[in-house]
Amino acid sequence: MSPELETLRLRPDLMKIFEIIAPGSRVFDLGAGSGDLLKALERHKGALVRGVEISAEGIMECIAKGIPVYQSNLDEGLEDYADQSFDYVILSQTLQQVHKPKFILQEIVRVGRIGVVSIPNFGHWWIRLQLLLKGTMPKTTYIPYDWYDTPNIHLLSIHDFRRLCAEIGIRVRNEWTVSFKEGPLTSLMPIWPNMLAPLGIFEIGRQAEAGAPED
Amino acid sequence: MGTGSVGTVRTEYYSFAEPPGELVLESGERLGPVTIAYETYGSLDAARGNAVLILHALSGDAHAAGLHADGGARPGWWDNMIGPGKAFDTDRYFVICSNVLGGCMGSTGPSSVNPATGGPYALDFPFITIADMVRAQKALIDHLGIRELLAVAGGSMGGMQVLEWATAYPEMVRAAIPIATTSHLSAQGIAFNEVGRRAIMSDPAWKGGNYYGGEPPRNGLALARMIGHITYLSDEAMHRKFGRRLHDRKELSYEFLTDFQVESYLHHQGDAFTQRFDANAYLYITKAIDYFDLSEKGGGSLVRACAGVRASFLIISFSSDWLYPPYQNKEIADALRVGGAEVSFVVLDSSYGHDAFLLEAEQQTRLISHFLRHVHEDHAPGGAHR
Repeated sequence: MSPELETLRLRPDLMKIFEIIAPGSRVFDLGAGSGDLLKALERHKGALVRGVEISAEGIMECIAKGIPVYQSNLDEGLEDYADQSFDYVILSQTLQQVHKPKFILQEIVRVGRIGVVSIPNFGHWWIRLQLLLKGTMPKTTYIPYDWYDTPNIHLLSIHDFRRLCAEIGIRVRNEWTVSFKEGPLTSLMPIWPNMLAPLGIFEIGRQAEAGAPED
Repeated sequence: MGTGSVGTVRTEYYSFAEPPGELVLESGERLGPVTIAYETYGSLDAARGNAVLILHALSGDAHAAGLHADGGARPGWWDNMIGPGKAFDTDRYFVICSNVLGGCMGSTGPSSVNPATGGPYALDFPFITIADMVRAQKALIDHLGIRELLAVAGGSMGGMQVLEWATAYPEMVRAAIPIATTSHLSAQGIAFNEVGRRAIMSDPAWKGGNYYGGEPPRNGLALARMIGHITYLSDEAMHRKFGRRLHDRKELSYEFLTDFQVESYLHHQGDAFTQRFDANAYLYITKAIDYFDLSEKGGGSLVRACAGVRASFLIISFSSDWLYPPYQNKEIADALRVGGAEVSFVVLDSSYGHDAFLLEAEQQTRLISHFLRHVHEDHAPGGAHR
């Protein structure tokens, strides 16, 4: 197994995204991190990959893996990236960290045929319980930060995500639930995602135009 | 990171463009014969596929790495980046660096002999441009029997030459590494260059450029260099390096003497520069920098100018560089990307200002060594293609 797939195994959300992407696609990762997902897609799915990353360390790691990467802030949008110039645009656990989540979602479906967005679900029961019983800002494996030291400025639930998409005319084509750990509730996640799933992954796209084929 | 040296090196010379086959310059004028001074490090592989051309900035020369045998104690200007195990690893790559056309470090320039008169060209030397420098380098690369360069790399004016190479000879360049550069110098940059030129031309010793054989315009050239040096540093770098510390004294002199260390540093830089650089070459080369505008190739559109490139790009800029600021580097990256090129764009965090490209060896080494290795492996015969 290649080193990047080994790394993905520790990140079931990224592994799920890896599985979703069709072979031979043009893939654009907003927040490429250390570049493992893109490297795996390039090596194992023959994808043409491009990344954007804000941290210098991430940039260094992407370049070390031979991934073309751009140091840029997502809040500036995707400016001069052409409409529908990628098959997939990925935003992995980053939506809650951008200043203009609505704008970035619109940019994703403009630039990509399909957007793949994963979010930590603030509607998860364990989070609700912490706030209800302890009365403190919740901390979990997926949202590990103290309230006073967090990059997360727009936390949201799976419900919130669906509602925003509906409101701004973005179609949710598919959704998956993911948990890092197997537990008694894992198999029930698809039944009540907003309560039981710690992470949600969505495939989004522009609203299908009347009469247009689904894909 | 390795720290090997390429050891003792020797400058070589290639002459071409003998009349009537002169080099036709961008201005339409003809120049010949032309001599280009160059150095090489490492060895060319059998497939001639591992050549990396290094392009120097305003005051650089062909001596990019190693030491000269003739007692010259000064290591090459990018010795921290070129050598065994370094960013431009001479165990893997054949590294070439030449002095620019119009320069004064062995290549034909205003201090060279004008065959028409038998004396130095001085201001009879034709105006040269970044494109002309690259045309002369192309002749050298042809002469060395290299059909394709694995990479072209350089900072500042060297970065301009990188851009020119990738757009003028797209089929010859696999990878391009422009560093701390711009597609066109800003008004601010032109302004500083002009002040430098005026400093030289208003020195009585300049004599309309005809100072050869006599006393050169040292004061003017030193002043130009002092101004240049200020633009290569940053506020923070100057503060850290000098602060308000006094030079060789305990209290202010209340005279027009060198009170502060920063003054002493600038004087030293200015004086040292006059020992090795020709004032007329400074005039010509700064004009070439001012004239460079890559978008002209695209009829005013940078995107169109970049449309034909085939190279993979790694564009490096530095956070505190206000002479060639990150946004100007990003403009190039954006235009290349929109034009369809494979581009990586990085802003390295540094307090060194424009000089960072010469000083930030560690971060650049991490980026460049990996980038080059991937390009090299991707294209090597029988190498893994993705």
